[in-house]
Amino acid sequence: MTRLSGKHREWLAGYLFVLPDALGLALFIALPAAMALFVSVYSFDAFGSFTFVGATHYRRMLVDPLFWTSLRVTVTFAVTLVPLLYVTGLGLALLVQRTNLYNAIMRSMLFAPQMVSLVVIGLVWQLLVVDKIGILPQMLVAVGIEPVSFLGDPRFALLTVTLVCIWFLMGFYMLVFLGGLHDIPQEYYEAAQLDGAGRIARFWYITLPLLRPTSFFVLLVSTVSAVAGAHAFDLVYVMTKGGPANATSLLMMYIYQQAFQFGDFGYASAMSAVLVAMLAVLSGLFFLLTRGGRFQYA
Amino acid sequence: MRRRGAVNPVQIIWMLVTLILALMAIWPLLYMLGTAFKPGSEVFEPTLLPSHATLENFAYVLTEAPFWRYLLNTLFVASVVTVVALFFHTMAGYALARLRFPGREGIFLAMFSTFLISTPVIIVPLFILVRTLGMLNSYTGLIVPAIFHAFGIFLLRQYYLSLPRELEEAALVDGAGYWRIYWSVVLPMSRPIIAALAILFFLANWNSFLWPMTITADSDLQVVQVAIASFQSQYSASWNYIMAASTIVAAPMLVLFLVFQRQIMASIKTSGLK
Repeated sequence: MTRLSGKHREWLAGYLFVLPDALGLALFIALPAAMALFVSVYSFDAFGSFTFVGATHYRRMLVDPLFWTSLRVTVTFAVTLVPLLYVTGLGLALLVQRTNLYNAIMRSMLFAPQMVSLVVIGLVWQLLVVDKIGILPQMLVAVGIEPVSFLGDPRFALLTVTLVCIWFLMGFYMLVFLGGLHDIPQEYYEAAQLDGAGRIARFWYITLPLLRPTSFFVLLVSTVSAVAGAHAFDLVYVMTKGGPANATSLLMMYIYQQAFQFGDFGYASAMSAVLVAMLAVLSGLFFLLTRGGRFQYA
Repeated sequence: MRRRGAVNPVQIIWMLVTLILALMAIWPLLYMLGTAFKPGSEVFEPTLLPSHATLENFAYVLTEAPFWRYLLNTLFVASVVTVVALFFHTMAGYALARLRFPGREGIFLAMFSTFLISTPVIIVPLFILVRTLGMLNSYTGLIVPAIFHAFGIFLLRQYYLSLPRELEEAALVDGAGYWRIYWSVVLPMSRPIIAALAILFFLANWNSFLWPMTITADSDLQVVQVAIASFQSQYSASWNYIMAASTIVAAPMLVLFLVFQRQIMASIKTSGLK
């Protein structure tokens, strides 16, 4: 050790410091992601032995109507969630943007749901929307609206889960947008105001363009986690288990059922591999469209 | 500019809109709390507060199931993950921000690229891997895979990039090794961010559901989120019990939030890409 030169000592220290995390990430995230491909060409039985089956699982996917249903549900979920979440997060951030006591309290209240687990969130909302006797249906009746079956009707179940997901996540994205708004130099607004730009013009020509890095982060992270079922899985598992009539059967839910209810690890892995590929293409597209996610201020 | 302190009617309307949205955000949580104190017959009364408050639901939950055991399991797993993760991530973050070695940027990019792979996506192969390693149904299996996450490394690296170098360089001139510098200069300087990340990591692991559910079958190893989810299938209509159990599980985190809200919210505000 003492014979190493200063430069090489620094190299060694660098590698050793990075080693635990690098190994852990490689073993528990990168390796499983790659394993999905390998596992998908095998078939498993209940006792853990496996046989090579080639592309069988992928051919099965092509003709499995439940796979296509779950893909459609996933896309519908993401396409509804992402824009609504963007607008809600940004809207809330604009509402509580100024620093004062009132806004500080509002921010805390809006963020509070984030502290509670999605299991609890799912249970609480399930109670709130129980058919007929739940509080929400009761309130709708009180104002003269015929309540729907929020989780029992295939037409509304996915929308209900999506809205609960937005309710849960909006405080988080509000804070991310607040961070972005905070970074916009105040001078731009003052200059624009001197030039006679109104509120809407200032939002359109200053806030939105200068918020691009934050928007990129929000859209990328919310899209990827929506498709991956990062939050939705827990909610769906607790609230609907994929039902009614597969209306909330996200791809992640279907994969989980195939693996851990039916023990079909090979087929589940094949679908996971497709999901990983979808996510890779999605993130790649995001980076391409935004030229590497790099943005320049003005 | 408008005079400071002057409030016009438009502003009052926006403040009211914000208040209504904020109340919509916390109302379900208050409803959970209220229901936890309601007798079974009152669950669907539209009032937030019970007319005959009772502690019976809590007593039932805590005696009927080994709920204390589940709470201790969760506390143990979440604490160990948090401490080990902070130890590893500060080391990695420091090296990636400060030490110069060949391949550093490549290693950082490779680590960061795992950021978008969340647990659900890899749950099936991860399960097979953990089973092969013999970690199924064990604390090791609950803890080890939960430690590694690019998010914390990324935030710590950003933090170290923003710190002045002088202190470390002074220590280096004094002949201190890199481990000494990390331990007695870098770590003490990182106290604010470590505190914030400790809360976020603990929260994430306390609330974690999918992974513990997948790899534990043994009731002795059960964590609270899995326990209340299975509680629901046992007592499907007894919402007062389910809400009492939910309150027990959610209350520690809500208290944590009341105490540390400033730090928690500040650390999330900086997490967006800059």
